[in-house]
Amino acid sequence: MTTTPAPAPADTDVLLSATGITKSFGGVHALRGAHLTMRRGEVTALIGDNGAGKSTLVRCLSGIHQPDGGEILLDGKKVHFASPLKAREHGIETVQQNLALVEDLTVWQNFFIGRELTKGVGPFSMLDRKKMKAQSLDMLGDLAVNIPPVTSRVRRLSGGQRQAVSIARAAGWSTSIVIMDEPTAALGVQETARVENVIKTLRDKGVTLLLISHNFDQVLRLSDHVAVMRRGLTVAERRATDTSGDELVALITGAKES
Amino acid sequence: MNTPKENPVSTTAAAPSGAPSKKDAPSSGSRLTEHLGDFKRLSFWAENAAPIGLLLLVIVFSFLSPIFFTTGNISAILMASSILVVLAIGQSFVITTGGIDLSIAATMTLGAVVFGLSWDAGHNFWLAVLLGIGASTLMGAASGFLISKGKVTDFIATLGTMGVATGLALILSNGRPITIRSDELLSLTTGKVWIVGLPFVIAATVAVLAWFVMFRTPFGMHIQAVGGSEEAAVANGVKAGRIRLAVYVISGALAGLAAILLIARVGAAEPAVNQAYLLNSIAAVVLGGVALAGGRAKIAGPVLGAILLMALTNGLTLMGVSQFYQPLAVGLVVVLAALLTRFQSR
Ligand SMILES: Nc1ncnc2c1ncn2[C@@H]1O[C@H](COP(=O)(O)OP(=O)(O)O)[C@@H](O)[C@H]1O
Ligand SMILES: [Mg+2]
Repeated sequence: MTTTPAPAPADTDVLLSATGITKSFGGVHALRGAHLTMRRGEVTALIGDNGAGKSTLVRCLSGIHQPDGGEILLDGKKVHFASPLKAREHGIETVQQNLALVEDLTVWQNFFIGRELTKGVGPFSMLDRKKMKAQSLDMLGDLAVNIPPVTSRVRRLSGGQRQAVSIARAAGWSTSIVIMDEPTAALGVQETARVENVIKTLRDKGVTLLLISHNFDQVLRLSDHVAVMRRGLTVAERRATDTSGDELVALITGAKES
Repeated sequence: MNTPKENPVSTTAAAPSGAPSKKDAPSSGSRLTEHLGDFKRLSFWAENAAPIGLLLLVIVFSFLSPIFFTTGNISAILMASSILVVLAIGQSFVITTGGIDLSIAATMTLGAVVFGLSWDAGHNFWLAVLLGIGASTLMGAASGFLISKGKVTDFIATLGTMGVATGLALILSNGRPITIRSDELLSLTTGKVWIVGLPFVIAATVAVLAWFVMFRTPFGMHIQAVGGSEEAAVANGVKAGRIRLAVYVISGALAGLAAILLIARVGAAEPAVNQAYLLNSIAAVVLGGVALAGGRAKIAGPVLGAILLMALTNGLTLMGVSQFYQPLAVGLVVVLAALLTRFQSR
């Protein structure tokens, strides 16, 4: 019905495309055949009301969920992410909406969890704490307004600092795709500006981004392409230059059909 | 309302007190004052309940009994605490993931019986040790599989394996103790390094290894991560199921080692129910400042907690307090420690 994709500009080349993605949790059909196209080097925005299924789609792309149906093509090749590690191996880094930080661990431990640096061999290989701390400090850069020491536990950080840690982690490890699920949701003006700078820097480095946001100004300012989700489906796609905040609102609410 | 699974960043989280504006660690001077300030905070006492409690106990009992603070008695306390130290370390690994191993003492008993039977059957001492520890490790693996693959809660799964291990020990041994006379066991009980008996040397070695594994390896970091937030750990590529399985295997193996120390101590493999060891292993971990909710690992704390419990029992015995009062004293100390943990800074 309303699922016909908007004609994609033929001149840009597609890095990731997901089609017909379905995912249910018990009786809840979170995704009912959603699709998404991300072009190389572009910022794609994904918008939609709460509960539309944006985060579920993100979790499918980052290997946390395995879709019930549909397929994901990366660089034209079909991929299946059995675990978050697999998605990472394909160069996909994600800032989850819940940030995916372990509060009892320190900032540097959160940067490296699941991909620790070690020294020594075999059973005597141990964490290279010094190196990981130094690299975390680098990754954190000047992202946070109040840079937390990398040795402090995440539990002690403010909301903005936590968000900065999660974003810096994804940005620092990124090679090809960075997904950010509402990265500026709880941030102040100054912090939001810094995150937007990170997004621009990543884009300038050639990283392909997926940005989920409720802030239409931000979406229109930063993105090249906008996909709109409603009740588990992708209902419209627009080039950012061809749309307006009003139109996006109409598409999200369903006042306007694709 | 549509996204119950996702908790947006808490906006109420306080900024870290006195967050340094400079990038790295504060200078050593400010660090010193920071530590002096620590003493004034209740959380300092809560987090260090075991060493402080132990120190207090030693001081008090030294005044009350002239024998308490003698090399002979200290050596006896350490000797007596070695079994509990090993168990408490196993329990600490499990509790760090937010689980609990109720089968730890029963698994030790099973290990002791399997060792006894193997020895009785004429096997070489070391083979018997291997079989005993192997049986306990398998028991731990059974709990681990129930929890990681079967998705049974830790409490119920280990309640089940506790029954199975106790039953197996009784069935295999026909309910009778197996007396063990072996030169190796004799040298284990009498051997000493300076004033420290071999069993405690073994326990201390286990403690050092456990500390290394927990705090210096990726595996240890993953244990803490799974206990802290399984969801976040998994999102970062940690295989939570494997970690849960592994901590129960470790707990089982250490229960097997404790079984050998137990046999060395009593001179026999008894199918008796050793429930005091279960409660004391949990008590030692709580005294050691480990939250049962998981996520925060400690090794030195539980080790000191175990020694504290043994020093308490020892001191009370020296003062001629009836054995009947000892569980009461242990219980009160644990309740006190549990109350104190409420003041731990997280
Ligand atoms: N793990 C889960 N278990 C059950 N229901 C879920 C789960 N994750 C998401 N949902 C449901 O799926 C729907 C889509 O949620 P979500 O993807 O978080 O939406 P959005 O990010 O667009 O706000 C919601 O109805 C939500 O309640
Ligand atoms: Mg969401």
